[in-house]
Amino acid sequence: MDLEEAEEFKERCTQCAAVSWGLTDEGKYYCTFCHNVTERYQEVTNTDLIPNTQIKALNRGLKKKNNTEKGWDWYVCEGFQYILYQQAEALKNLGVGPELKNDVLHNFWKRYLQKSKQAYCKNPVYTTGRKPTVLEDNLSHSDWASEPELLSDVSCPPFLESGAESQSDIHTRKPFPVSKASQSETSVCSGSLDGVEYSQRKEKGIVKMTVPQTLAFCYLSLLWQREAITLSDLLRFVEEDHIPYINAFQHFPEQMKLYGRDRGIFGIESWPDYEDIYKKTIEVGTFLDLPRFPDITKDCYLHPNILCMKYLMEVNLPDEMHSLTCHVVKMTGMGEVDFLTFDPIAKMAKTVKYDVQAVAVIVVVLKLLFLLDDSFEWSLSNLAEKHNEKNKKDKPWFDFRKWYQIMKKAFDEKKQKWEEARAKYLWKSEKPLYYSFVDKPVAYKKREMVVNLQKQFSTLVESTATAGKKSPSSFQFNWTEEDTDRTCFHGHSLQGVLKEKGQSLLTKNSLYWLSTQKFCRCYCTHVTTYEESNYSLSYQFILNLFSFLLRIKTSLLHEEVSLVEKKLFEKKYSVKRKKSRSKKVRRH
Amino acid sequence: MSDFSEELKGPVTDDEEVETSVLSGAGMHFPWLQTYVETVAIGGKRRKDFAQTTSACLSFIQEALLKHQWQQAAEYMYSYFQTLEDSDSYKRQAAPEIIWKLGSQILFYHPKSNMESFNTFADRMKNIGVMNYLKISLQHALYLLHHGMLKDAKRNLSEAETWRHGENTSSREILINLIQAYKGLLQYYTWSEKKMELSKLDKDDYAYNAVAQDVFNHSWKTSANISALIKIPGVWDPFVKSYVEMLEFYGDRDGAQEVLTNYAYDEKFPSNPNAHIYLYNFLKRQKAPRSKLISVLKILYQIVPSHKLMLEFHTLLRKSEKEEHRKLGLEVLFGVLDFAGCTKNITAWKYLAKYLKNILMGNHLAWVQEEWNSRKNWWPGFHFSYFWAKSDWKEDTALACEKAFVAGLLLGKGCRYFRYILKQDHQILGKKIKRMKRSVKKYSIVNPRL
Repeated sequence: MDLEEAEEFKERCTQCAAVSWGLTDEGKYYCTFCHNVTERYQEVTNTDLIPNTQIKALNRGLKKKNNTEKGWDWYVCEGFQYILYQQAEALKNLGVGPELKNDVLHNFWKRYLQKSKQAYCKNPVYTTGRKPTVLEDNLSHSDWASEPELLSDVSCPPFLESGAESQSDIHTRKPFPVSKASQSETSVCSGSLDGVEYSQRKEKGIVKMTVPQTLAFCYLSLLWQREAITLSDLLRFVEEDHIPYINAFQHFPEQMKLYGRDRGIFGIESWPDYEDIYKKTIEVGTFLDLPRFPDITKDCYLHPNILCMKYLMEVNLPDEMHSLTCHVVKMTGMGEVDFLTFDPIAKMAKTVKYDVQAVAVIVVVLKLLFLLDDSFEWSLSNLAEKHNEKNKKDKPWFDFRKWYQIMKKAFDEKKQKWEEARAKYLWKSEKPLYYSFVDKPVAYKKREMVVNLQKQFSTLVESTATAGKKSPSSFQFNWTEEDTDRTCFHGHSLQGVLKEKGQSLLTKNSLYWLSTQKFCRCYCTHVTTYEESNYSLSYQFILNLFSFLLRIKTSLLHEEVSLVEKKLFEKKYSVKRKKSRSKKVRRH
Repeated sequence: MSDFSEELKGPVTDDEEVETSVLSGAGMHFPWLQTYVETVAIGGKRRKDFAQTTSACLSFIQEALLKHQWQQAAEYMYSYFQTLEDSDSYKRQAAPEIIWKLGSQILFYHPKSNMESFNTFADRMKNIGVMNYLKISLQHALYLLHHGMLKDAKRNLSEAETWRHGENTSSREILINLIQAYKGLLQYYTWSEKKMELSKLDKDDYAYNAVAQDVFNHSWKTSANISALIKIPGVWDPFVKSYVEMLEFYGDRDGAQEVLTNYAYDEKFPSNPNAHIYLYNFLKRQKAPRSKLISVLKILYQIVPSHKLMLEFHTLLRKSEKEEHRKLGLEVLFGVLDFAGCTKNITAWKYLAKYLKNILMGNHLAWVQEEWNSRKNWWPGFHFSYFWAKSDWKEDTALACEKAFVAGLLLGKGCRYFRYILKQDHQILGKKIKRMKRSVKKYSIVNPRL
């Protein structure tokens, strides 16, 4: 008998009211005082997120295994749990530390279940009639105070236990009394026990779980761990099938049948959208009532200085620009810990779009250096070209025109490939989702047909065309390869665009135009409008390039650029002057 | 045979999540507006990326087909099959036909494709959307015909003919008729082969009777198959032609004439020059009176004034006693030569030269002027330029002479074409040219001898 193992079971014994439990060989709890054996089985929730065991446990508990056709009894939240589990596994495979899965995501999820009153609380949402009242205290703020134990498993009752019997339970804990009976009454059905009810449920103040929400959970955990994956990276990995998202349900255990309403809950026919997931992240963070996240300091990947370096490399811009981006970050205060750290319980919960912001800083620096008015950047390029021709041995000056030509080609190719890949994307899972049992044979037949047709046509396709998916990388371009004829600009100097004046360096360009002149005075989220034709072609190109890299709308990046400018030229905005004077830049 | 009964049931309401537009707030925001516009078009829902994938995929396939990149087309096709599982029931139902059209194109041209794969594909597609069964069967049969697989094509058509599923709609009836008619056409083909065989045999040959019997049997089946179709308004040239040939062969001239007359004159049928040509040729074979022939060709003249039968029409008219016919004869000739494709038709020029002279000799100057008035602006450049004179003379002196004569008559002896030909010194044609010069002087409409 292992007493330690029974520690998480904190109920009072129904016979002697003592809290001292041991485990029988069958895994049931027994009271060490009066030897009263409960019907409860030990759960493994505290060690790892292993849905399988939990599902089995649930199944055992309900003892309602229907015929094999219908599969196990399972709940919608278990489905999401399974998806989260797979996503966490995938992230682990991408090199993220195992703590993310075992501690952070797991605890976020438990907290979600509790907050949404699906488990770990007195009156789970499934109890009919009364609304749930108070939560148990054991997961209130106080527990989150110190970081090491922050997300350690506090004494929460085991999740998804056998709720069928209640002889030992004074709380009458019946987590999911939705029975199969209700399902047979209705014509609309679902494979999960609560699918129908779940899709109709609308409760104010409760964030309902959806498949996109799982990515919000993933991103929250990544943020908590300060991992080197930005939101755009995460979504790109989803798009490239490195993280399960679309058809994540097809890896559910065989016995978890999905149909009917589950289709609407788990079937996904769109790629995740940056803004949408970003919003959901904040929503979930606020809903979970999470404390302030670990500080984003200078050595974190998400700090703009590091991200700027990364994106400068990605788009083949000279390393020397980094000092300028750092300067802008410093001047705007965007590198401050308080600005960068996500604090869901602050008054206005907001987090930073780290990747978009870093890119916006680069755009601003490009504007500072080259003006990007479709004329000045070209005259600077002429100078650089002449200089480079004369001085072939020196470090070459950065030639904007040459850079543009090379980037344009690389970008167009990349984009073309991306569009083709998107057009070829296979959305449908091997396990077809059907509406009802009547539809099942039709759905399977259709699937079979599609598979057969695909098999036939695959013989017409050359084998090289169907090569496996590329390995995940946070970089989409590679400029350092020797064999390519594409110039790598990383080592080029900015001498051509800067001029010395005493100790400091000034940009040759003395003008600047603001991406927007007016900001909305109202509290709406959007800052400015972006109508392509109003802007210079080089600016359009740069926005298109970066927004493609991040897979976001150009307008979103334009907005972010405007926000950075707003911070940078705060005074100018208050005076509302159109052009700003040259800005002194100190070289580090 | 298996099929999906889906199309026959009512549409299933799909349980789809409603995605709302993300951005809120006042003010203009163009990208947002764009998605909003898209939303309106599809009734309140944001377009799903699945739909984007399939529509992008479709345009990639179309582009590849256009550029004859069969390989790429097949690659995209691989992904496009998923539209069969589209949750949008409207698109799902439209998918089989699109897939059939694209897929059969690819399989038809792709170097790695073969007969077997085409057949498998056709059989699969037939059973995916029952609505397309007949159409696909027919096209499959045509594919087989193209590859000379007559027997397989026939079997295919017979299968389709006996296929029954669900209600009979009028569109399906036409398809069945068409299938039967194609089957009839194939039978006609065998029949006509047998007929050839028969014509080679001696009447006393012991095999003669057997073959003759065979020929008869075929004809009976075929006529039943074709006759239903050609009663429906449409263009059924090959069917009509073979049907008539068989009727004629068995001496049923009235029947043949009825079919042809109906095909040419029934107003419900679309205007079809071939219908009149068939009728004309038939009547000619039957040695019908000239007036009848003229009336048939008159209609053809209205539809296709440049048809080569027009010269025949002209000869018929020329011989006619009626004055209006003779006037029409001139009109017809001018009409033929209005077309760029007929400019080097020497017969037409010869006829015109001769007829013009006749008419002018017969004092019908007004007829000529009537025709010429509408053409005098452009014919000189179109037919009688210096360039043409040179090239015509080089290519075909006889043609050049005829043209020069016409030019002289219409434009007078000062015309460049006429002068150029006149200047050429040609031994054999010398006499002819001299005669021509005289006639021009006498009859040219430019300097009427008054």
